[in-house]
Amino acid sequence: MSSHKEAIKENSMIIQKEMLAKQFKDLSMAKELGKKVVYTFVPGNLTELILSFDMLPVYPEINALQSGMRKKSAEYIRDAEKIGFSEDVCTYVKCDIGMMLNGNIGPTGEKIPPPDLLLLSYTGCFTFLKWFENLERLYPGVPVAMLHTPYQEDGVMTEDQINYMVKQMKEEVIPKMEMVSGQKYDHARLSKMMENSAKAEDLLVKILESAKLVPSPIDAYFAGVYYIGPIFTAFRGTQEAVDYYTELWNEVQQRIELGLGPVTPEGEIKEEKFRLVVEGPPNWTNFREFWKIFYDMGAVIVASSYTKVGGVYDLGFRHDPKEPLESLSKYCMGVYTNMNLPQRVEMLENYVKEYKADGFLINSIKSCNSFSAGQLMIMREIEQRASVPVGFIESDLVDPRYFSYSNIKNRLESYFQMLEQRKIILKQEATTI
Amino acid sequence: MYKYYLGVDLGSTTSKAVIINEQDEIIGRGITNTRSNYSVAADIARDEAIYNARFSILQKNIQKEIEFNPSYQKYIADLASVFQYEQFKVRLDRLGEELVKTCHTMFADEEKRKIMLGHLIAIRKAFKPVIKHDYLYNNLGSKNQFFRDIVSEKYNEEVNKLEMSLFEPLMTIWDKSISPAENERVQFNFKELIHKAMDELKHKYKNLPDTSTENTSINFDAEMNLLKGNFDQVSDTLRKHIDEIADLEFNIANMTGTGYGRALLPFPEDCIRSEILCHAFGAHAVFPDTRTVLDIGGQDTKAIQVDKHGLVTSFQMNDRCAAGCGRYLGYIADEMSISINELGPMAMQAEKEVTICSTCTVFAGAELRELTNLGEKREDILGGLHRAIIMRAMSLIARSGGVFNEFTFTGGVARNPAVIKYLTQLVRENYGESIKINIHTDSIFMGALGGAMFARRNLNLDLPSVKKVKEMA
Repeated sequence: MSSHKEAIKENSMIIQKEMLAKQFKDLSMAKELGKKVVYTFVPGNLTELILSFDMLPVYPEINALQSGMRKKSAEYIRDAEKIGFSEDVCTYVKCDIGMMLNGNIGPTGEKIPPPDLLLLSYTGCFTFLKWFENLERLYPGVPVAMLHTPYQEDGVMTEDQINYMVKQMKEEVIPKMEMVSGQKYDHARLSKMMENSAKAEDLLVKILESAKLVPSPIDAYFAGVYYIGPIFTAFRGTQEAVDYYTELWNEVQQRIELGLGPVTPEGEIKEEKFRLVVEGPPNWTNFREFWKIFYDMGAVIVASSYTKVGGVYDLGFRHDPKEPLESLSKYCMGVYTNMNLPQRVEMLENYVKEYKADGFLINSIKSCNSFSAGQLMIMREIEQRASVPVGFIESDLVDPRYFSYSNIKNRLESYFQMLEQRKIILKQEATTI
Repeated sequence: MYKYYLGVDLGSTTSKAVIINEQDEIIGRGITNTRSNYSVAADIARDEAIYNARFSILQKNIQKEIEFNPSYQKYIADLASVFQYEQFKVRLDRLGEELVKTCHTMFADEEKRKIMLGHLIAIRKAFKPVIKHDYLYNNLGSKNQFFRDIVSEKYNEEVNKLEMSLFEPLMTIWDKSISPAENERVQFNFKELIHKAMDELKHKYKNLPDTSTENTSINFDAEMNLLKGNFDQVSDTLRKHIDEIADLEFNIANMTGTGYGRALLPFPEDCIRSEILCHAFGAHAVFPDTRTVLDIGGQDTKAIQVDKHGLVTSFQMNDRCAAGCGRYLGYIADEMSISINELGPMAMQAEKEVTICSTCTVFAGAELRELTNLGEKREDILGGLHRAIIMRAMSLIARSGGVFNEFTFTGGVARNPAVIKYLTQLVRENYGESIKINIHTDSIFMGALGGAMFARRNLNLDLPSVKKVKEMA
């Protein structure tokens, strides 16, 4: 990384870094602190509930993406393949397993403790089921709690579904948590946390929606993945999260007042040339390189589906202190990957229109069925409904073998030239009419 | 002074150059194999396009005379061929120097060196007249016309005639010499070279037998005789026109580079365009109603959707694997020990299509040998193979949104008749009989043409579609 210039850091970034440092410090000292550890996934997570039992959550897919960013994933994936995982298996899974095989050292260099509970709260990605089956074998005897989240096949959430989810929480999840933590379920405490959740969610929506301004003060994909960090993981429902989002929102407001463009590791984007909506997760192994291609072209991502995997708050959902378990149920069912394809198309179509995007781009992930299924249909629908040029590139989450810089750059260059031409044509048509 | 515009398409296998005039008409085409040195490949393609442009300007200048004198046409065609030979000869001498140089560095022992040099001289003596004859009598036919391919084929033939122990040293000398010889741009003086070609042509006609031999066909004879009787008169009349185009100052007003190697071209940044846009724009220029473009090049297949302006709305390309592209065919041709241009015609003879995988080039080669051993006919295997390539392209087309009327097929592979056969068949099967399928003789030049057209517009939009609407109004 020595060739890169020092990345620009804002105060919110420093705060987030400190939050993460504390989180992993606590994890490494879980035993000494007498805390129990719950492994769970980001989409449809029950973070407030876990925290209300004073337990510490660990998110394996976050560890995998962190390993990808730290250039560790190739080695971890190789080790998982050595013990028999196929080339086609989700690379988050292999990276996570490989990390565990190598001593389970987390992003801060500290050891992540083994799980005291495996909480499978989201089942929309079927790989998650298999992933935890594997973890169960790696940690024999660890209790498993499963919460089955019904898929939004019809695009609506019914009372029955909510009752079904609440029933599972009361009969399966909470009893297991009580057993593991040795504490009783505290309804009032959970309810109180939800107040914080809703506050942070309000702020996050304001931050993400600031990208509706032209030019946009933020990048809602590459920078967006940092913005969603605390609320999608261990901090939802905490005062720290509220403080972080308050600070971030202040920074964004300042940028708006000063008329500044998005912050990137290469510096501020001076001239916004293209506004894009992006579908699909980013590539983590070459994250900065990938981002720089967009930076060099003056392309700003104004909205993305990936920043909705841990909650689609801009569509109105908030955690509700009045009915904590019901709102957790609704939250789980409402995350982006649990929405049916027509809902996703509609959301993305609205993004293109509301955020005044020039184009729609898909980064298709080689090893992620959950995201990739339906992407070509989504692309065609958006092309027709929103009348913007669409682009399609392929890479992977954390397997560096599937990131081909020249191929991606070649496609993106072509795509940006397409957008540029279209702009000229539209301008010409506007002046001739 | 007339203005001309240049487009260079630096592909993974071949480099193409196209020169257009201010009416978007192609007046010059140049093509060469892409070599390790991209800028030499681009220079050679461009030089060739400029020579070719001079010839087409010559034809244009004397269009009327040609109509009345068919012998003029014959003379110009012959001259173009001999002119190519003159260039070839210079390159061959250059290669000769390189072979000698390699021989000197490889063999310290004087005796051994002498023997090798002797063989090299003998090899050269054996094939030089054959190649000359091929050029002078247009015998190169459908074979690849690139210097490297022509010479390597003949060199190989001669080496194979020698004893086995010589094979390895002689082939090593060849491998070490061909690249430096090929990677050097030879600057020709057009006028000097064309005069040489005219002298050579004169010599050819003077020495033609008066009566036809049994081997020559009647047609061939008739064409020859057309010129033979009045050669001097034709030659004298055309000389002043030829000198005129040789002296013509060629003003390239703007240029665009595209293709895989575009970033390496010594062009300013705003003169570099994506090949996807260029192919689409070229296809749109020739067939303005094009909505879907399929381009199969050396290493990638692109399915492109275009709007009424010729602008790309979406595209899909093969990712991670280039099986089913031009190079795949090249590999198969090597496996079968035939030239790449013979593949298509042979596949056209198929009585059935043997199922063959198109997902991996190397495996397809192995499968091919296996099927041959099982007694399948080569033609049928090739039929299956060509169908498999198109099946692969069809899935890419489906990903890009399907085929819309009209459909234009571009790229080097579009010259292959079997590819065209199966493409037509499968497009009709999948998207209906009414789809109009366009394939142009210049399909390999579409990217370069699109580039030249971008160069002419320099982004001051002057679209063919707009022009068409104006014309209609």
